[in-house]
Amino acid sequence: MLPPVFGVLFDGIAYGMLLFLMSVGLSVTLGLMNFVNLAHCAFAMVGGYVAVLLIRNFGWPFFGTLPMAFLVAAVVSILFERVLYRPLYRRSDLDQVLLTIGITFVSVAAAAYFFGTQQQPIELPNYMRGSYHVMGLDIGVYRLFLIAVSAVITILLIGTIELTRFGAQVRAAVDNQRMASGLGINVERTFAITFALGSGLAGLGGALAIEIVGLDPNFAFTYLIYVLIVVAVGGLGSIAGSLAAAVLIGVSDIAGKYYVPQLGAFLIYLVMLAVLMWRPTGLAGRR
Amino acid sequence: MPVTAQMGLEPVGYLKAQTRWGAAETLFWLATPLPFYFLPAYLQLASQIAITALFALSLDLIVGYAGIVSLGHAAFFGTGAYAAGLFSKFVWGEPLTGLIVGAMVSSLVGYATSFIIARFRHLALIMLTLGFGLLLGAAANSASWLTGGSDGLQGVNIWPLLGRFNWDVYGYTAYGYSLVVLFVLFLFARRLIHSPFGLALRGIRENFLRMPAIGAPSRAHIRTAYTISAAMAGVAGALIAQTTQTVALDSLGFERSAEILIMVVLGGAGRLYGGLIGALVFMIARDQFSGIEPEHWYFWIGVLLVAVVVFLPNGILGGLSRFVAHWRAK
Repeated sequence: MLPPVFGVLFDGIAYGMLLFLMSVGLSVTLGLMNFVNLAHCAFAMVGGYVAVLLIRNFGWPFFGTLPMAFLVAAVVSILFERVLYRPLYRRSDLDQVLLTIGITFVSVAAAAYFFGTQQQPIELPNYMRGSYHVMGLDIGVYRLFLIAVSAVITILLIGTIELTRFGAQVRAAVDNQRMASGLGINVERTFAITFALGSGLAGLGGALAIEIVGLDPNFAFTYLIYVLIVVAVGGLGSIAGSLAAAVLIGVSDIAGKYYVPQLGAFLIYLVMLAVLMWRPTGLAGRR
Repeated sequence: MPVTAQMGLEPVGYLKAQTRWGAAETLFWLATPLPFYFLPAYLQLASQIAITALFALSLDLIVGYAGIVSLGHAAFFGTGAYAAGLFSKFVWGEPLTGLIVGAMVSSLVGYATSFIIARFRHLALIMLTLGFGLLLGAAANSASWLTGGSDGLQGVNIWPLLGRFNWDVYGYTAYGYSLVVLFVLFLFARRLIHSPFGLALRGIRENFLRMPAIGAPSRAHIRTAYTISAAMAGVAGALIAQTTQTVALDSLGFERSAEILIMVVLGGAGRLYGGLIGALVFMIARDQFSGIEPEHWYFWIGVLLVAVVVFLPNGILGGLSRFVAHWRAK
């Protein structure tokens, strides 16, 4: 028999994995281009609504919608990158913040217009529901699946970044953008691909998140704050840092809600401020 | 360049020329009492606009001049509002003392946080201001025994202004009071940014690392500017608490912080009048469109933001001054 703290830990890790999927793209693109993209969660929301639409109106199975959520979010993000983001790379933080907040406002309004302001529950396949009872703990099947998916994606991501030629280019560009372009790396193209991949992962995270946290038009703002906290705590441009930060924030949030509910969301802001005071550039940050 | 040739090369002459009042400025302030005579039905709105303009002005000091992008400035607005509201509820209802209390509490909080703020730039800074704002919002929500939580602070009791002017439903006193406070603090801000300290702030905005090399301590200046800005935001918050006789939880919220930043940028950051014009345009637009669905309102706000960033990088005033320069060159 295990004490309930392990159950909280398990839920926290599952939640952290979700945050990791939604934030890793932002962390890497921020590290690459220093572009403050507050619309990142709008792309996650796109993934969520794609999944809802496909399941409801076209009767797709839940698993079939996940690659589509990834793909559509990636394609939409690349359109925005080409048209709106690219001219602003050299502009101030303030302009970037405003442009992307503007896009987020529009996405929230558009989602409310097309889908209404209510929550969008989805029907999971039967074998995804329920839970296992292991040593006195309730292990939700879906949460287990979430951890497994995130583990696979983390391994794939780290493999891509550490072992492939493209990964080497990304690492070089994060370390020193000017040096990298001096060596003949097309930093803009590297950035565009990374941006699309990161937004696609956010879209996948958005689709996977429906079952855990629900989906409504305010998703783009509510989870933006969590994602930004994960990015700031983890440090820019680091996958391992994002993972550690996401688990830290996920566990603190669930533990806070479980043990000291009267504090509300207070705890994760405190955790963030404490980490940033201790390491201004985040857990794994170097700049 | 013509600027230095006209103004003379010595810095004192340059600063003096900057502080001279122009015709447009004088007209702007002469027009501010007009709502008393022509739009008496809108005095409550005018009072809200004056207070929001003061709040925007305080944010412009740090965003436009010191280059600190804050997504949590409502923290100080809300702190000032709660301080003034609670002070009137439990201690003393005289409005001017309430303003001072609001300013003092906000500037204390601002001074304490400025030590953290001054150490960071870029994303970490945005995150810290955002996180700090959210933290205060969550704290005010949790402490509902004191703040009333999401129901708002009840029981604010403000005595008549100067012992003579009652708080009427039409907003005559409210607008007069807010306008005078705005004007006084505007004069202060105007003096501040045209002082050597203001020039140093602009230098820090352009290059944080080089300013210490010419003898301007960047971090100390940022701390000072941040504290002053927090105090002004606190006064704006105290004004809203006193004129509306209540404090809502959203006066600390993220939406408030985002909206005020939008107003500053819409008007033109770093232009002194940018925040004022931005608040005026934004508040009037919101009043006019208040009948439409809130999500439509946010849709157009989003479109407006994208359009301002892409087409009007320096806000309405920046666009106007470019237009005037173009017109004069013909």
